[in-house]
Amino acid sequence: MSENSRLHTVIQSKNKTALFNFKELIRYKDLLYYMVLRDVTVMYKQTVLGFLWAILNPFFQVVVFSVIFGTVAGISTGIHGLPYPVFSCLAIIPWNYFSTTFTASSNSLIITSGIFTKVYFPRVIIPLTPVFSKLVDFTISLIMLMAILWYYKYTPGSNVWLFFIPLSIIIITAAGLGMWLSSLVLQFRDFRFAITFLLPLLLYVAPVAYPAIKVQEQLGNTVYNIYALYPMVGGIEGFRSSFLQDVAFPWKLVGISGISSLIIFISGSIYFRKMEKHFADVA
Amino acid sequence: MLHNEFDIAVKVSNLGKAYRIGVAEKKEKNLITILLNAIIAPIKNFRKIKSLNRLHTDTEGKDVFWANRNISFTVKQGEVLGIIGKNGAGKSTLLKMLSRITEPTEGEIELFGRVASLLEVGTGFNPELTGKENIFLNGTILGLTKKEIEERYNSIVEFSGIEKFIETPVKRYSSGMKVRLAFAVAAHLEPEILIIDEVLAVGDIEFQKKCLGKMQEVAGKEGRTVLFVSHDMAAVKKLCNRAILLQQGNIVYEGSATDTVDYYLQNAASIASQKTIDISNAKGNKKFVITNIEMLNEEGNKVQLAESGKDLHLKMYYEVKEKGPDPVVIVKIKNNLEQILFTCLSRNSYNGIMQLNDKGVITCVIPKLPLATGLYSVDITLKYWFDITFDVENIFSFEVERGDFFGTGKINSDVMNGMIIYHNWIIN
Repeated sequence: MSENSRLHTVIQSKNKTALFNFKELIRYKDLLYYMVLRDVTVMYKQTVLGFLWAILNPFFQVVVFSVIFGTVAGISTGIHGLPYPVFSCLAIIPWNYFSTTFTASSNSLIITSGIFTKVYFPRVIIPLTPVFSKLVDFTISLIMLMAILWYYKYTPGSNVWLFFIPLSIIIITAAGLGMWLSSLVLQFRDFRFAITFLLPLLLYVAPVAYPAIKVQEQLGNTVYNIYALYPMVGGIEGFRSSFLQDVAFPWKLVGISGISSLIIFISGSIYFRKMEKHFADVA
Repeated sequence: MLHNEFDIAVKVSNLGKAYRIGVAEKKEKNLITILLNAIIAPIKNFRKIKSLNRLHTDTEGKDVFWANRNISFTVKQGEVLGIIGKNGAGKSTLLKMLSRITEPTEGEIELFGRVASLLEVGTGFNPELTGKENIFLNGTILGLTKKEIEERYNSIVEFSGIEKFIETPVKRYSSGMKVRLAFAVAAHLEPEILIIDEVLAVGDIEFQKKCLGKMQEVAGKEGRTVLFVSHDMAAVKKLCNRAILLQQGNIVYEGSATDTVDYYLQNAASIASQKTIDISNAKGNKKFVITNIEMLNEEGNKVQLAESGKDLHLKMYYEVKEKGPDPVVIVKIKNNLEQILFTCLSRNSYNGIMQLNDKGVITCVIPKLPLATGLYSVDITLKYWFDITFDVENIFSFEVERGDFFGTGKINSDVMNGMIIYHNWIIN
């Protein structure tokens, strides 16, 4: 035990506004790794189909969406000749990542209150764990996406790598909302109920079943720009277009959504930092 | 200056922690006000929940309770500090702040070195994961890095003694195996500052002993700083260099472990040697009740600490509201796990039928108190024949300090929360 390596910690009651304590987060990076690993290992334990669920789940959603919205309601994909299953699959997969992460992250603090009331570690790791662990499901479901693209003879073009930009927007939004809501849910359990009824509404508002361009056509340009403030608009539209060769990447939508996702993330982490000192007292 | 800085392991200055406690609300009786209240309830609820963490700005309300206040002390590196005090004196809150679980309302703590506490044993164990996976998960929760756990992995497994089951999900483990594995991880944290809370570690005597053993090892051989919270005064005297005494959230005495313990034993005796009973909370028809209880030692002085091996007098002040046939007194002594150790039943042990006045005193004398060190509580039931007139659980609690039970001149050793039974040895 060398004297120089001794950790110096000061515990105070001062209200400080800060984003993250990066030094501390780096020290606890292995904890994040094992929390994510735990989530992934435990998720499909004692199931017969295991990780196949990550494919089956979106597959049935695509089937239902295609029959109901594509055939029965006859919603146009807005892109000439694009089959509805391809169109909806490209939105359902990122949407599923967002909604599962959002739900898991929001409830994460309540579920783990038995841990953080006994041990200190950077609490922000708790809501951030699903943000990473749900990426495993997301990656597996990309297999189904590839299969559907192959079946309909769609080959992604050279700008397919652009999908990292909308994906990052979705990840950042889920993380930001997770930090906001996990701390809100812990103190005000009302938010638990709010989330369950808000999620379907968020799905209807997002351009999953219909293209975003419809909003512009029906409600005008101003509404369209405001609409893009909802990060899932740029996230899903961007994700969809990056896989389709003959569709231009919607830079403007992605830009607006990107900015608002950053605002959600930064405000979420500030709020979380502000509230985390009380977690053990209100839990 | 430089030397001084390296010397100190823990520095606490003016530390305080306030909690908000519920204040009784007015109960409305008429329908209109009840309906009105239901409508404004959300606003009230919001204020109430919101106020749980509004302690930085408003600390003087009548619903604010200071669990700790004006706590200042320093602990040098390698020192073993005992923290003693009665239940509710603020020991656990202090430890929670030191281990960073909850933030202080005022004041500051400086820690030099990594802190770990043995009260966190097994935190975050996931039943679905294997023993091996849990070692890594639990280890990182407690602040180790992956590399550090890998280095200690073999030693942890060996210490736990469950090599055969290390790839088995923890949900298939017996509770003993779980504790062994959890303790093995905690024992390998190698922190610079170790916090041990005996009060919270109840449940497993074996485990408590292991904690104590580990603590002796840590403090003695490795020269680590230890903060030790205990009700076991002999252990504090034996293991600690220094001790602080907490009372109602404040430090009331600080000194050598022996001095502090002696001060505690002498002064605690005058604090709550008697208790007035709130009869309204009692079960039974209340025709024959207890209004007041006192604990007296052999010499007839009121005490709060009973000594093992000395006579104990439980003086119960009774009141008879309505006469009845064959009064019976039942006194149950329980340990801190709520297990009944023995029952004093007057139906069997009192010769004849009790003749009671309107008011008077019944004294239950327990000769040579056969209890080991620890905290005990008393249940009292009064009956007329089989008719319960008065029944209160945990009506009174008392601490027992160790004494010379066998009259051998030796103070009995650290058997915790148990009974001491007379026995002899025959050596041929």
